[in-house]
Amino acid sequence: MNIDSIKNGYVIDHIQSGKAMKIYEVLNLNELDCQVAIITNAKSKKTGKKDIIKIDREIDINLDTLGFIDHNITVNVVKDDKIIEKRKLNLPEKVVNVAKCNNPRCITSIEKDLDQIFILTDKEKEVYRCKYCEMSLKNKN
Amino acid sequence: MKHLIDIKDLSVEEIDNLIEVAKDIIANPEKYSHKCDGKILATLFFEPSTRTRLSHESAMLSLGGKVLGFSEAASSSAAKGETVSDTIRMVGCYSDVIAMRHPKEGAPYVASIKSEVPIINAGDGGHNHPTQTLTDLLTIKCEKGRLEKLTVGLCGDLKFGRTVHSLITAMSRYKNIKFVLISPDELKLPEYVKRDVLEKNNIEYVETKDIEEYMGDLDILYMTRVQKERFFNEADYIRLKDYYILNKEKLKKAKKDLCIMHPLPRVNEIATDVDDDSRACYFKQAKYGKYIRMALILKLLEVK
Repeated sequence: MNIDSIKNGYVIDHIQSGKAMKIYEVLNLNELDCQVAIITNAKSKKTGKKDIIKIDREIDINLDTLGFIDHNITVNVVKDDKIIEKRKLNLPEKVVNVAKCNNPRCITSIEKDLDQIFILTDKEKEVYRCKYCEMSLKNKN
Repeated sequence: MKHLIDIKDLSVEEIDNLIEVAKDIIANPEKYSHKCDGKILATLFFEPSTRTRLSHESAMLSLGGKVLGFSEAASSSAAKGETVSDTIRMVGCYSDVIAMRHPKEGAPYVASIKSEVPIINAGDGGHNHPTQTLTDLLTIKCEKGRLEKLTVGLCGDLKFGRTVHSLITAMSRYKNIKFVLISPDELKLPEYVKRDVLEKNNIEYVETKDIEEYMGDLDILYMTRVQKERFFNEADYIRLKDYYILNKEKLKKAKKDLCIMHPLPRVNEIATDVDDDSRACYFKQAKYGKYIRMALILKLLEVK
């Protein structure tokens, strides 16, 4: 399978298999009019399978959002056909409007205009808690 | 401007200071009877809670201030779909401090973001109830003379009981505290509280199902009610609601200066034959609730 290489843009690599569409959605890549390639189940030496997204344009990528979804992702910055930088991701301290609180007793369940804010409370166990009700996020993806 | 949304909003020094002011109010009530002349407390109770509302109102009236508000959502503009933020901005025009109870968790925090007057969280769902925790701390301080070197038994619903979680959080900041966690398996203290509060602060604790097993070691016995609204299955509630009933017989091995506490209202978990025991502190505890709220209102209004 051939997919064109990109001239200036990003290769989001080492995405956990199956998560590419989630990232496509949260980064609003559907709003771009450039070429975007989504490759799922690509071969990976480390994990067996992985997803990759290629974006043929320089855009602002929210690294916090990506790090929240999967901090093992690598963002390769491509300029003039060459990878000039590999950005490693961290778990962000705070994310806004990336996940939704599932607690039916949370104020966000009735006031839809409130930002959905999650705070990292346990880095080791990757626990995020709702800023409002402090309920832990069970499945952040 | 300071709000009280979570007991963790207050440092140990601030809590100790509130307790000292409350003790001074108890000793010299007349000194404080006009401290809040001309000030207004709004009590916004989006769900009913007679005790908490009245204790806030009594606190403000005892300081010389006035009160206004509503006692259920049906009589507020929330019934028309108004947001918490809008309600709070409107009420802030008519009052100097707001005590707010809301069934949705995090609602007082939302209120505090937009409010131009201090917000007191008077309970938000099963989440926080910091003025109850302050009440509990004042009770312990007044009845035991200290907040350190205490063995605290917590009995009943340790899973859903927000008062229990907050009290554990608050007391874990004092030295030489030990907890005895007494509950049926279904209502044990959540793992995250054990991990994030007890183990993180190296607090000693034991778990037991038997209320009498450690009775002789306890300085404080904090009883809680099993709350029906926390159960999805009524059969589970019926099975667990009377799991513990404290009576005189069970207190035989208890210390003579044990302090028996309960956030109230009680149902069956403390037999009425305990009420006349000198160790029963739960009605005094309700009274302490007024004094600590007086101290809190003074602090939030920055009245010296």
